[in-house]
Amino acid sequence: MQRYSALGLVTQAVRHNENWQRVWRNPTPKKHYDIIVVGGGGHGLATAYYLAKLHGVTNVAVVEKGYLGGGNTGRNTTIVRSNYLWDEAAHLYEHAMKLWEGLSQDLNYNVMFSQRGVLNLGHTLQDMRDIQRRVNANRLNGIDSEVLDTKQVQELVPIMDCSANSRYPILGASWQPRAGVARHDAVAWGYARAADALGVDLLQQTEVVDMIIEEGAVKGVRTERYGDLYADRVGCVVAGNSGVLAKMAGFKLPLESHPLQALVSQPIKPVLDTVVMSNHVHGYVSQSDKGDLVIGAGIDSYNGYGQRGSFPTIEHTLQAIIELFPIFSRVRMNRQWGGIVDTCPDACPIISKTPVRNLFFNCGWGTGGFKATTGSGHVFAASLAKGEMHPLAEPFSMFRFHSGALVDEHGAAGVAH
Amino acid sequence: MLHIYCPHCGEYREEDEFHYKGQAHIARPLDPEACSDQEWGEYLYFRDNPRGDHREVWFHATGCRKFFNVVRNTLTYEIRESYLIGTQPKGDAPLGAADS
Repeated sequence: MQRYSALGLVTQAVRHNENWQRVWRNPTPKKHYDIIVVGGGGHGLATAYYLAKLHGVTNVAVVEKGYLGGGNTGRNTTIVRSNYLWDEAAHLYEHAMKLWEGLSQDLNYNVMFSQRGVLNLGHTLQDMRDIQRRVNANRLNGIDSEVLDTKQVQELVPIMDCSANSRYPILGASWQPRAGVARHDAVAWGYARAADALGVDLLQQTEVVDMIIEEGAVKGVRTERYGDLYADRVGCVVAGNSGVLAKMAGFKLPLESHPLQALVSQPIKPVLDTVVMSNHVHGYVSQSDKGDLVIGAGIDSYNGYGQRGSFPTIEHTLQAIIELFPIFSRVRMNRQWGGIVDTCPDACPIISKTPVRNLFFNCGWGTGGFKATTGSGHVFAASLAKGEMHPLAEPFSMFRFHSGALVDEHGAAGVAH
Repeated sequence: MLHIYCPHCGEYREEDEFHYKGQAHIARPLDPEACSDQEWGEYLYFRDNPRGDHREVWFHATGCRKFFNVVRNTLTYEIRESYLIGTQPKGDAPLGAADS
């Protein structure tokens, strides 16, 4: 792999940029792999990368039906934080946060991870009680988190209406300074490039049409493009299509698919240097390096696979954003889109063995999967390599919906991610 | 914007007036105490998630405040019919037929 560096940039510029190496190969698949990862989004590519790098399993294929990072990885609002309430979730997301902190160096690819802090606003007394409880829980888990009062919030975000007369008065907020944003496409590309360099085959435009299962164990996957591909273990990381693959394998998952929408404005001068989220009014906003405001809404309440959101939802969100930031009232919106999120009843993911031997699923991240890309790939790779679940992944077994041991993160996950 | 026909009010209204209440026709186990963990878990958490026609419960929250059922396509969002709870839809598509 051609390493990226300042010197390389100068050298290539002098040579008219004609000698850049292709970022990844376009390989012909082998008939047999040690491990096949289905799904070439951020989580799947991270899984492949950590398999090759940390576990020495390089005979790996990533099978993707579209193009790399073309699903929810390329559609989210790029927020990264780890201030979750329950120990199980906090440990998992904090594990991810620690990996984010060294990711650009690790991958030799600039993922533009910017730790600009995240504010979660409180608008009612109950919000503030919940924030205090969550901040205390975070601190006990070693996660940086603080409770701010109205004045401190106003100092951090001078353009926000923090007056007592506002429609949604801001009573305070939780503040995680290490949280922030990252460039979502770069995360997929960085992992793909680094995994490819270690020998992982990235098979794009390859849709899985069936699972090859013999005597209760998975033997591989059937694809439209390359026929049967065999593997010792198969890991599925396919977000919205998890239910479809589970059906092929003959079991059901407790997932429901909802549209989640976001929108970006025209680029404007820097006005917001942190991330502001409000669960109460269902809106969150940050400003990208390019200058556009990135705004996220809540999910549509009804099930849906149409990759667009409902109008009342976006209207509700923009009403709230403009109440919080009157300065944004004249900003024009450039684009609006929707992704399909696979939500679990307890707002926590499924990282799990399945009723089929050697078949593993990583799904159900709902509205908040992007922030976990690193940690999810890391623990899923460890689980696939050893055939036993990583300790951080164990509480997220799909069998918890029968045992009753749910990890109820609706408070910290809620709507806003 | 969905326009939903409320069979109680006999009118089409905008989706703002309604709340979505999830999959329809879920029967509560007659003897919950006799359920295995498997059966009880399925009843509580496992829902159909079809890409296609879906039978679901809606609540006319800012209207008559009554519940009713709807058959809606989850890909095109086309609403095929609204019907009263306790009845079956007229359409001939059996539940889950369009599930791909």
